[in-house]
Amino acid sequence: MQITKHRSPVLAVLAGAVLIAACTTPSGTSAPEPSSPGGATTAPGATTGTGGEDISGQEVTVIGTWGGAEEESFRAMVKPWEDETGATVKYTGTRDLNIILSNGIQSGVLPDLAGLPGPGQMAEYAEAGALIDLSTVLDMPTYTSETAPALVELGTVDGKVVGVFIKSAVKGLIWYNPSVVDVTTPPATWDELQTLATSNADKAEAIWCVGVESGAASGWPGTDWIEDIVLRQAGPDVYNSWWQGQTKWTDPAIKSAWETFGQVIANAYGGGTGVNATNFEVAGDPLFADPPGCLFHHQASFITGLGQFATGTAGEDYDFFPFPDIDPANAGAVEGAGDLFGMFHDTPAARSLMAYLVTAEAQDIWVSRGGALSANKNATSYANDIDRRSAELLLNAQTFAFDASDLMPQEMNAAFWQGVVDYIANPSQLDSILAELDSTQESAYAE
Amino acid sequence: MTAATEGTRLATVGQASGVSRWLRRLPLHAFVIVLMIIWLIPTIGLFVNSFRTPQDAASSGWWTALFPPEALSFDNYAYVLNRQGIAPAFLNSLLIAIPSTVIPVMVAAFAGYAFAWMKFPLRNVLFLAVVGLLVVPLQTTFIPLLQLFRPLGWNGEFIAVWLAHTGYGLPFAVYLLRNFMGELPREVFESADIDGAGWATKFFRLALPMTIPAIAALAIFQFLFTWNDLLVAFVFIGASRPDNLPMTVLVANLVQSTGGGSQYLAAAAFLTMVVPLIVFLFLQRYFVRGLTGGAVKG
Amino acid sequence: MDPRLTAALVNAAVAVVGVPAALVGYILLVEQILKALPDRLQPRVRPWLWLLPAFAFLAVFLIYPTIQTIARSFQNRAGTEFVGLANYEWFFGNNDAFSSLINSGIWVVLLPLITVGLGLLIAVIVDRVRYESTAKSVIFLPLAISATAAGVIWFFMFLWVPPGQPQVGTLNGALGVFGAGPLAFLQVSDWKFNTVMLILVMAWMWTGFAMVIISAAYKGISRELLEAARVDGANEVQVFRAIVWPLLLPTMAVITTTMIITALKTFDLVYVMTGGQFDTSVIAFEMIQQFSFGRADRSAAVAVILFLAIIPVMAFQIRQFRRQEAIR
Repeated sequence: MQITKHRSPVLAVLAGAVLIAACTTPSGTSAPEPSSPGGATTAPGATTGTGGEDISGQEVTVIGTWGGAEEESFRAMVKPWEDETGATVKYTGTRDLNIILSNGIQSGVLPDLAGLPGPGQMAEYAEAGALIDLSTVLDMPTYTSETAPALVELGTVDGKVVGVFIKSAVKGLIWYNPSVVDVTTPPATWDELQTLATSNADKAEAIWCVGVESGAASGWPGTDWIEDIVLRQAGPDVYNSWWQGQTKWTDPAIKSAWETFGQVIANAYGGGTGVNATNFEVAGDPLFADPPGCLFHHQASFITGLGQFATGTAGEDYDFFPFPDIDPANAGAVEGAGDLFGMFHDTPAARSLMAYLVTAEAQDIWVSRGGALSANKNATSYANDIDRRSAELLLNAQTFAFDASDLMPQEMNAAFWQGVVDYIANPSQLDSILAELDSTQESAYAE
Repeated sequence: MTAATEGTRLATVGQASGVSRWLRRLPLHAFVIVLMIIWLIPTIGLFVNSFRTPQDAASSGWWTALFPPEALSFDNYAYVLNRQGIAPAFLNSLLIAIPSTVIPVMVAAFAGYAFAWMKFPLRNVLFLAVVGLLVVPLQTTFIPLLQLFRPLGWNGEFIAVWLAHTGYGLPFAVYLLRNFMGELPREVFESADIDGAGWATKFFRLALPMTIPAIAALAIFQFLFTWNDLLVAFVFIGASRPDNLPMTVLVANLVQSTGGGSQYLAAAAFLTMVVPLIVFLFLQRYFVRGLTGGAVKG
Repeated sequence: MDPRLTAALVNAAVAVVGVPAALVGYILLVEQILKALPDRLQPRVRPWLWLLPAFAFLAVFLIYPTIQTIARSFQNRAGTEFVGLANYEWFFGNNDAFSSLINSGIWVVLLPLITVGLGLLIAVIVDRVRYESTAKSVIFLPLAISATAAGVIWFFMFLWVPPGQPQVGTLNGALGVFGAGPLAFLQVSDWKFNTVMLILVMAWMWTGFAMVIISAAYKGISRELLEAARVDGANEVQVFRAIVWPLLLPTMAVITTTMIITALKTFDLVYVMTGGQFDTSVIAFEMIQQFSFGRADRSAAVAVILFLAIIPVMAFQIRQFRRQEAIR
């Protein structure tokens, strides 16, 4: 229903390099262990940020993309900090974050803390000298030990940590209705998934539910599909060099991923028109129709708050299995995403808040309210089983990749969305669509 | 609308000529009423859906909620009205929209009057340049203006938004008022000259009252745009003084970044529409026939 | 809460009383100062003093940024080097950018045609019914809706559900009654179908604008004049052609120009409904898109192209003026 969103930050803001094997609990750091909220980590105010300064009565202005229930979760998250310090957080959510910050960087009118649109912009802001180096703000040893190295790396520009992840999400989950499809053992490979689909083909009108309509960002759910396929088909190396602008779109490895996606579209509920005209929020609803419209739906973990998922019961009405491996050589790859946050003004209150936000204690508050995975390994008070399993998936991934389209320059990203909807409408035009993307690639990556 | 038609009909019943007159006017009424229905349907659809859950709205057409009537709920409205900060934001919206309407309308009236009735070199060229500024995209002005306001400490204050809206609204305002004032009959001003009235008197006593319908129309639109404006308010206020933000910012933020929440947006849309509609209905009475004619005679 | 309330009250007082008083005071002051000047100088100085507030606002808020934009359009991405016409060459050499120009052309023709045409028709026709104010309010209503909310409204209008399922969208539901559809209104770009759909949504919003202003002008036409013509035996069509039309012409020119510029500047609706995809992009969308890509240089060039597109409209306006001057 909602058609005005920008690329969701979970997708968009998301940053990152593909960090291969980065999330595989490195032997050097402590293994993640469940900790009760506040049990393990430092108390607010006691972190390095304020240096014990009295900040009561001060305000911290914060701009982010979170609205509705997300905004409430964020407010709940900062409440203990406000109570502790006597300072106040002035949060404003906006979907025009990009334009506000781009104007702000050039005019110098900026909030104290802000969500960052993406890693590319983060690097630009850092180079413009607008972002504060967080290494003296955060308790670095604790931060690096509690946060996946991949995420720490993603927030680093020129050796300085300038961005932190407030929350994360796992992409590429495949959702189904247990009362329609019996998935006793989740398919481990793409072929097994095809077999599962074929044997259940008579139970629904189509195999897949896909919907890429998303107003201004129409097409993004399709980019997630193609990224998941590239990651598992061509492997992380190609995935990396692809978002970095080195592998061309016309490269056989990338083209093959589009063609695999094309097979999905060919078996999608409502056909190409349906895929392009159906909003991503309700795209999975035919899973629950009688007779069912489709067997499977591919979407990130946050789908549980949307459409008929929101009113169903996890595990009963719907369940998921991870995107299966395609090429065994690239087994165990998972695509993830997260919301990046940075600091523009170095005030005692802002430092204190920033330091607090990354703690397991703070992170646990949001996580326990549902709808988000933590970037902090010690925040594990997940509200439900689906969230917990998603978080484990991220944690146990052998290969951990960040949403490629969000790592691309915005111009490339927007062209990718457009390429997806064009391909869905005219699958026969693949070659010219990829050639067009190649020409955008040349201009988008040029300085 | 049906009631109104009924009223028209009843009023003319009893006179044979009345019935035939009504029949003659039937196409007229049919046209107006069909048009009204076409214009209302999209809004009614959303209005009905604003009382439904997002699941219901997505799975069946809004009309199915009417026949037979579905249990509608005020939950979406309650959610919006209970949002933290909604009352101060409403006040902020008024504090932003009123001066942002009054200043450009008055400044434009001075300029429109000068363009229409005073003689000076390059008059038409300058006027066209003003109109040409209509095309300036607001987005290109933000960075220079933020930089300009910064040393003055205006960013985050209402004055920044008032002045910005005035600047943005002026080209159309001057354009409209100059054209309306230019249409006023010359004799009116000539007879005032004979009575020895000064320019200020002619402006406040003659030009302004005779342009009331245009001023009312202009004021409605300027109010509407500033009331519904999200971007200008956010750019000039957002980062520095969130306490001064208008309602539009709060409303836009009802939707989550990952999707979901548009049912609240629907409810909020109807709540925010109320004030502009009151302003419209209030100012509509100034669209009175023959104001000019009356003034000429007087 | 207390200082906040005080601040709010001060702001309210300034807003509602102080500002208008200051502006009226300005004009009275100007006339006082002029009185002190020699008679010969007064008419020369007066216009500039009356125009001063308007010119000051325009200079700061529109002209100064525009000059910066023009300069920016000849620079490179970082704004460090002069690159001549490179950004303009990009625009005219790029498929997407160029097709946005074509789409804007369609907008510029259709939007004024529909809004001004319907606005005129409605303004004149509802003048004859007793429920005029209700009818006008209904047509005006969409203008009171923000672009975001209009996006939600038309989302439900255009909603598409696979054939065979009950349609949820209003238009496809209506088509279904006649056994037609469903149509994917925003996704079908053949014959610019989706662009025309977007224009219709915009027309739904803006017809009220044209109607209100045309109606204000129509009410300004002296009733005696119309009655006199009717008494002389002119029928409604003749009255319209001989009296109403020429008297409304200047207003129609204002509205048409405004709607052309609105069409050129259309951004919100396209952004909200399609994100410029399915071949629905327009110039202003392209401009903001480039800015968000970090291409302030290209964005500035597109803005300048927008300025240039207005020139023919201004030429038309000059003619309009001469005519008005001649009549007066």
